[in-house]
Parts: sequence; C-alpha cells; structure tokens
Amino acid sequence: MNAQLDFLAVLSDWPMLLVGVGWTLALTAMAMAIGLVVAVACGWVRNEGPAWLAAPVAAYVEVIRNTPFIVQLFFVFFGLPSLGIRLSPTFASVLAMTLNLGAYGAEIVRAGLLSTPKGQIEAAQSLALTRFQVFTRVVLPPALKRVWPALVSQIVIVMLGSAVCGQIATEELSYAANVIAAESFRTFEAYIVATVIYLLLAISLRRALNWAGPRFIFGR
Amino acid sequence: MVQFSNWDILRNLIFAAEWTIVLSLIAFVGGGLVGGCLLVARLWRGGWVNHVFNGYVQLFQGTPLLMQLFLSYFGLRLLGVEVSVWVSASLALTLYTSAFLAEIWRGCVAAIPKGQWEASTSLALSFGEQLRHVILPQALRIAIPPTVGFLVQVIKGTALASVIGFVELTRAGNMIANVTYKPFTVFAFVGLMYFVICYPISLYARYLERKTHVARR
Amino acid sequence: MSLAAETAPVAPIVEIAGLRKSYGTNEVLKGIDLKVAPGEVVAIIGKSGSGKSTLLRCINGLEEFQDGSLTVDGKPLLTDSPGAMRELRQRVGMIFQSFNLFPHLTVGRNVMLAPTLVKKRGKAEAEAQAKALLERVGLADKFDAMPDQLSGGQQQRVAIARALAMEPAVLLCDEITSALDPELVGEVLRVVERLATEGMTLLMVTHEMAFARKVSSRVVFMHLGRVHEIGPPSEIFGNPQTPELKQFLSSIHE
Ligand SMILES: Nc1ncnc2c1ncn2[C@@H]1O[C@H](COP(=O)(O)OP(=O)(O)O)[C@@H](O)[C@H]1O
Ligand SMILES: [Mg+2]
Repeated sequence: MNAQLDFLAVLSDWPMLLVGVGWTLALTAMAMAIGLVVAVACGWVRNEGPAWLAAPVAAYVEVIRNTPFIVQLFFVFFGLPSLGIRLSPTFASVLAMTLNLGAYGAEIVRAGLLSTPKGQIEAAQSLALTRFQVFTRVVLPPALKRVWPALVSQIVIVMLGSAVCGQIATEELSYAANVIAAESFRTFEAYIVATVIYLLLAISLRRALNWAGPRFIFGR
Repeated sequence: MVQFSNWDILRNLIFAAEWTIVLSLIAFVGGGLVGGCLLVARLWRGGWVNHVFNGYVQLFQGTPLLMQLFLSYFGLRLLGVEVSVWVSASLALTLYTSAFLAEIWRGCVAAIPKGQWEASTSLALSFGEQLRHVILPQALRIAIPPTVGFLVQVIKGTALASVIGFVELTRAGNMIANVTYKPFTVFAFVGLMYFVICYPISLYARYLERKTHVARR
Repeated sequence: MSLAAETAPVAPIVEIAGLRKSYGTNEVLKGIDLKVAPGEVVAIIGKSGSGKSTLLRCINGLEEFQDGSLTVDGKPLLTDSPGAMRELRQRVGMIFQSFNLFPHLTVGRNVMLAPTLVKKRGKAEAEAQAKALLERVGLADKFDAMPDQLSGGQQQRVAIARALAMEPAVLLCDEITSALDPELVGEVLRVVERLATEGMTLLMVTHEMAFARKVSSRVVFMHLGRVHEIGPPSEIFGNPQTPELKQFLSSIHE
C-alpha cells in the first residue's frame, strides 16, 4: 500500500487547475448575474405580483428547493435533449445553477422585501412615484442590503455545488481534479488539492461579495 | 432491448428511494450524535476547542460535499481499508451533517440568555446539570424547526453519493436512463420522488417554525 | 454596629483582600479589601461602571480575578476547581437584576431544581421546602404558575425563594429592583428587609438610598474600582468625607 502522499505530482499540473478555477468562477459569476435578477423578480412576484404568476413561481421555488441540484443538472443536460433542447455542458451548468440560485434567492429577497417599513412605501407613494419606481428606488435597495449576507452565503453554496458540474464534463475545478487524478494516479492528493482550493475560493468569494455588495450592487 | 413502461421505471425508482432514505437517516442520526458531542465539548471547555469547532464547521461548510465524498472514498482506500461504498458515503455524509447541525445548534444555545447560565451556576449546578435541566430544554424548543429543515438538505445531499457509486435514487435514475433511453421521463420521475420525500418535511419545518415564533411572543 | 463587626471575635463570612480584576487591559477592581461578618447587611453604592457588579460576581465565582484573595466561610475561592466552586456556591446565593428564572419550569420547579440536584433532596421534602419558601415571599398560590405569568416583582420574589432554597450563608443582590416598575419595587424590598432582620448576611448593590440607609449595617461607596469610603449608613449619608461621595449623593438627590 502506498501511504506516501505526493502533492507535487498534482501541483505540477497547475495550469489545468488554474483553468478549472477560472471556469468555476465564470460559471458562478454567470449564475449570479442572472440568478439574482431571477431572484428579485420571483421575490417580487411572490410578494405583490399577480396571482396567476405567483402560483407558478411558488411551484418553481418549491420544486427547486426540494430536489437535489445534481438531479436538476441531469434533467437539464440529459433530459431536455428529448424535447429537442440540446445544451452544451457549460450552458447546461449555468442554466441549472441559475435556476437553483434564483429559487433560493427568491425566498431570501422576499423576506427582505417583507421587512420594509410601511411608512417608507407610503412616503414614496405620496411623492407620486410610480409603482415601479417605488419598488426599484425605495423598496429594493434597502431590502437587498438587509439580506445581502444571506444572498452571499447562497452564492457561495451554489459555487461549491458547481463541483457536480464536472459530472457532465463541464471543465470546472472538480473536473480538472478528475483529469489530474486519472493522469497522475494521485487520486487522493488531487482531490485534497481541489478541496483546499474550493475552501480558499469560498472564503475569498464571501469576502469579495461582502465587500462589493454595498459598493456596486445596491449602492452604498 | 427490454421495453420499460413508465410504471416499470417508477417501481424501480421507488426501490432505490429506500436506500436514499436509509442513507439519509444514517447521516442524520450519526451527524446529530457527532455534532451534539462537538457542541457539548465546545460549551464545556471553550478556549482552543472553540477554534477547533469553528475550523471544523468552516471546513465542511466551505468545501463541496462532492469533494468530501471523494476524499472519504479514496482516503479510506489509501489507508488500506477496502470498504464498501456504504461506509464511505455514510462517513462523509455523517461528518458533513454533523458540522451543519453543530453550527445550527450552537446558534440555538447562543440564543439562550447568558443569565440562564449565570443563575444556574450560582445555584451550584454542575455543567452537566445546567445543560440537561436548564439550557438544553430551552435550546431544544428553538432547535427543532431548523433541524427538521436541515433534514431536507441531508436527503438532497445523499444524491451526491451516486457519484461514488452508491446506488440510491439518483444513481438508479442514471442507470435506468441509460437502458431506457428515456432520460427526460426518468429524471423527471427522480425529481418528483425527491420532491415527494422532501416537500412534506419542508412544510412541517415551516409549520414548526411558525408555531415556535407564536409561542415565544 | 459596624465597629462591633470589625472587632468582633466571630470569623468573617466573606473576607476580601487586595482583590484585583481586569478585563483585558481595563482594570475594573483595583485592590478591594472588605470583611463581612455573619448577619451583616452591606449596601454597595456608587456610580455605574464603578465595579459593583464585578465585585459581587467575583464573590461567587462568576468572574475570575487576577490578584488578591477571597474567602467565604474561611475557604478560599478556587476558580480552577469545579468541585470546590460548587461547594462554595451552595454557601453563596445570588439574585440578579433580570430575575433569570428558568422559563421552561414552573415556579415550584424553579425553586426545587437546585436542592434536588445539588443537595440530593427527595422530591417530597424539596416540594415542602419550596412551598414554605414561596409562602415566605408571599407567593404560596403561584407554585404551579409559569414564570412568564408573573409580574416582575413576583418573579424577583421567586428568584429570592429559589436562592434561599440552597440555604446560603450569604446572599448577593445586584440591583434587584432596577428592572422593576416603580410600584413593584416595594414588595421586593420588603422581602429583603425581612431577610435582613432575620439575620441573613446580605451584600446588596442598590440605588435605593433610603432603603440602604434603613436596612444596612454598613455602606460601601465604590469609585473607579476601589472602596472609596466605608462606614455606617448614618456616616456615609449624613457626613460624607470625600468630594466624590458628596457629588455622588447630591447627584442622586436631584
Ligand atoms: N464582561 C465584561 N467585559 C469587559 N468589560 C466589562 C465586562 N463587565 C463589566 N465590564 C466593565 O467593568 C467596569 C465595571 O462594570 P460593573 O462592575 O458592571 O459596574 P457597576 O455594576 O458598578 O455599574 C465597567 O467599566 C464595564 O465596562
Ligand atoms: Mg452593575
């Protein structure tokens, strides 16, 4: 039995790991960009949207939240082609991650919207703002600010969950680890290295988003 | 090629769902025990145990469950133990669950006012007596809803055990999809089965949460 | 009376010498010396932040201190020995500003909990004792009530009964009426006053100056972590020596 660990064999393939990290971050960034929009839209619909929209949105949220991400991914990648919708691994990954983040984010955003003081809405209405303006200018920014830490946590969870996307040959970090493991026969070391990188990514992503949120995403 | 009716697919999936449930229960019970011990150690000793506890939680919450499963699977083999995938999957999911439950419960204990510890200390209760008679009964009440809610996460987490070859609902879905060439139907059914298992638990957790909120007001 | 207490041959029940306590670099107690004889009622007064609570919390080991010595009943406080601390805490009861009743237990069970666990009393005996104590604080009919069904004054009286159930030699009271509505203060103070006349040794931090004057045998004025002035109430209130105490008293009388 070979109990000697050899991390160099894995680390020498650093360009491969780097590409994996790049893809993991790219997938996460895309899912985040679209997923947050979905989350806000769905959060709004569930709170004050028309009933005919609220019901399907509620169904979407509950279905996503009560099924595993890997099944959602397999459904998108393996299942949808039966309907003639053939997606590349990358596209399928982004779609599944976006749907996932959108559903969890919707519940978070909704809680934030619900905690808006009544007086603020009334004050804005008394200034003759349209309903849309009241929402985007008065209600949404402070609500997002309140729930931003929760949204950041959810984005980190989605980033970590993207490790599953390697299973449909999306070339993200876990896929890189799979390839290196197969080529170097240093399976355990490859996954240790990948796990450590994921941990660092999770920590830095959380920091970065907590820092960036107030500055770029919802202003001040 | 054998023809599979939808009913055949569903029947096979139901068989496989049994293993999803068994694995979930192993992880949940095992994780509860390990997580409970971790929390008690932290409450008892504090100091450096706090750091170990936080590191443990951070480690399992900050890395993909899939990687944890791989490490458990290949790590055990590297140690020379030729174990079944049952052991690898149970180990990884138990540790994963323990970290989350420990952290959830830590929050619940922290929500108990400091005065409860101080009053019971000043009445000469030992640490164990404080925990058993004063702190835990109060913490338990607020811990139940999020704990039940986390069970849903555990059940969904077991789907990843399919990747290391554990045959449960998702793995069975993969296998059936491969032989039937009906991936759309099969994965829709797989999703449906998870939903049927998880959704009632989610609803129950939400109901419990509302109940404790009202009771505390 | 205070002079008698200083010179009496009886051993002090609480003896504090050179006690120093810091939080980080912030020294909160800067060398406290204090002897309390059995049956004495010591009122501790002083501005907020002067270290009154910290002193009381040191006496029953809720806080560890860095320097000096503290004995209760002649036994030194050993904060690193849980067994010794439990022994000590059976001799020292404490009542808190915020009552700290156990909300999941009935009033009766609140009182019975420590005697049954720590003193290994039988249930019937503990129950009889709890009923007697509740009677003593005027709450005989609340045995089966839950704490949140009681007023603040009633809760605090239960807390007193709960502390008395351990038959302590000393009772520490930290601003026990500060969280109460004004009309409920009296009922709690009357209970404390009765304890004092029955000979219980009391150390109480209080802002009720009239009460301190009436009930205490000695008054300790704390200032910036030191015992700034100490003496019988007539002296402390009637003839304050230091400008700090004068200023403190006049700020109270506003
Ligand atoms: N747990 C603590 N950590 C840090 N500082 C504390 C703590 N408790 C009290 N202090 C500080 O110790 C000083 C004395 O506090 P305390 O004994 O509560 O005063 P008092 O009861 O006379 O109002 C204060 O300056 C307070 O800020
Ligand atoms: Mg105080």
